[in-house]
Amino acid sequence: MKPARFDYVRPDTIEEALEVLAAEGSDARVLAGGQSLVPMLSMRLARPSVLIDITRIAGLQEIRNGKGGIVVPAATRQAALLAAPGLERTHPLLAAAMPWIGHAQTRARGTVCGSIAHADPSAELALCLLAVGGTVNLRSGKTRRAVAAKDFFVGLMTTDRHDDELVESVTFPTASDGTGYAFAEFGRRHGDFAIVSVAAVARADAVEVTVGGVDDMPVGRAWPRLAGADLEDALNTLAWELNARDDIHADARLRRDLVRSMGRRTIEEAVSCIA
Amino acid sequence: MHRVNASHKATIRFTLNGRQVEGSAEPRMLLTDFLRHECGATGTHVGCEHGVCGACTVRIDGGMARACLMLAVQVEGTAVETVEGLSPEPGRLSVLQDAFRRHHALQCGFCTAGILMSLDTLLKKEPHADETRIRDVLGGHLCRCTGYQPIVTATVEAAEILRSDNGDV
Repeated sequence: MKPARFDYVRPDTIEEALEVLAAEGSDARVLAGGQSLVPMLSMRLARPSVLIDITRIAGLQEIRNGKGGIVVPAATRQAALLAAPGLERTHPLLAAAMPWIGHAQTRARGTVCGSIAHADPSAELALCLLAVGGTVNLRSGKTRRAVAAKDFFVGLMTTDRHDDELVESVTFPTASDGTGYAFAEFGRRHGDFAIVSVAAVARADAVEVTVGGVDDMPVGRAWPRLAGADLEDALNTLAWELNARDDIHADARLRRDLVRSMGRRTIEEAVSCIA
Repeated sequence: MHRVNASHKATIRFTLNGRQVEGSAEPRMLLTDFLRHECGATGTHVGCEHGVCGACTVRIDGGMARACLMLAVQVEGTAVETVEGLSPEPGRLSVLQDAFRRHHALQCGFCTAGILMSLDTLLKKEPHADETRIRDVLGGHLCRCTGYQPIVTATVEAAEILRSDNGDV
């Protein structure tokens, strides 16, 4: 349970961090909050040759307002986003989902962008980013590009990020009028990884449901406003379309059951919250 | 840019419970091992060593942190507080520690150091934390002996005492 050897680099600027990333490529890992990376190092599931600690780069902590939403930079702690003034009003889905991320002790260190880059299939933040149509802002020494969440997550803990790119920030669009948001999660204990998590976004004529913890990555569907048997049919189809995992925590059948039951309840709650 | 090669030891300067200290560590050394083996601060316990049990929880620049999920090199220049720093003077327990003793909120005591650091931080930041909030923060810890009720009872009482006394935590 001790990490293998690696070099440690603590750049002062984002340009320096990008230089190291470009030079070291896939042998480098970015260290932000470390709440997923450090256990992976300890268990030697990850054996990078160099760690790039970005937490002391100026300007990578402060959340700012951007076009259409808030921009959360690479080193912003989860606790800082959760404590952002007015979050319940501007980003009700984040306000509902973030208390489910780990524990207060891990949210105090863990970063928002780190969770997105890590792309765990049961991560609440990945689910939320996909559900609200957010974007991941990637930067290398030469290029900058913004990738929609739906294109960023490509597989089990796999993303569209290139080896020389840093997740410089993520953008969460602000809640729009006439839209209702709801979140639900099922786990054995609060703070455990989600067995199933569901986010629903409801508008007057449409509903979007996003499911985490079931397939290799969060998956979303957009439907017209369904109710009753039509909604149950749609959820059942979704449950079977997902490649539900069997693991020590739950079998695939339980996960499909939860997609159906939690899906319906969460959608109904989102509809009732349309503001 | 600060760089430490894998097999070299970096000198790390930080404050530990208010005292300026210095130690050396390879980049891969976890903060838990650094505190215990380099600094001799063995009050911080090592349980699961992968961030689940909470036994190694310390305070860094005022915020809770799992010491096993941090590298020693990351605390350079920070203020680290451990269970050794809770007691206001030798032979005297803090209000929270004393409540733990009165309510038998520890049995073997292995998990206690981390729990005290989390709950002490909570009561400092949120003096009006209620039982629900206390349980929420305690949720980040595992205790295998006492059950959690005596810990909750002790913390609720400590919070009341601290609010009425306005004393030191």
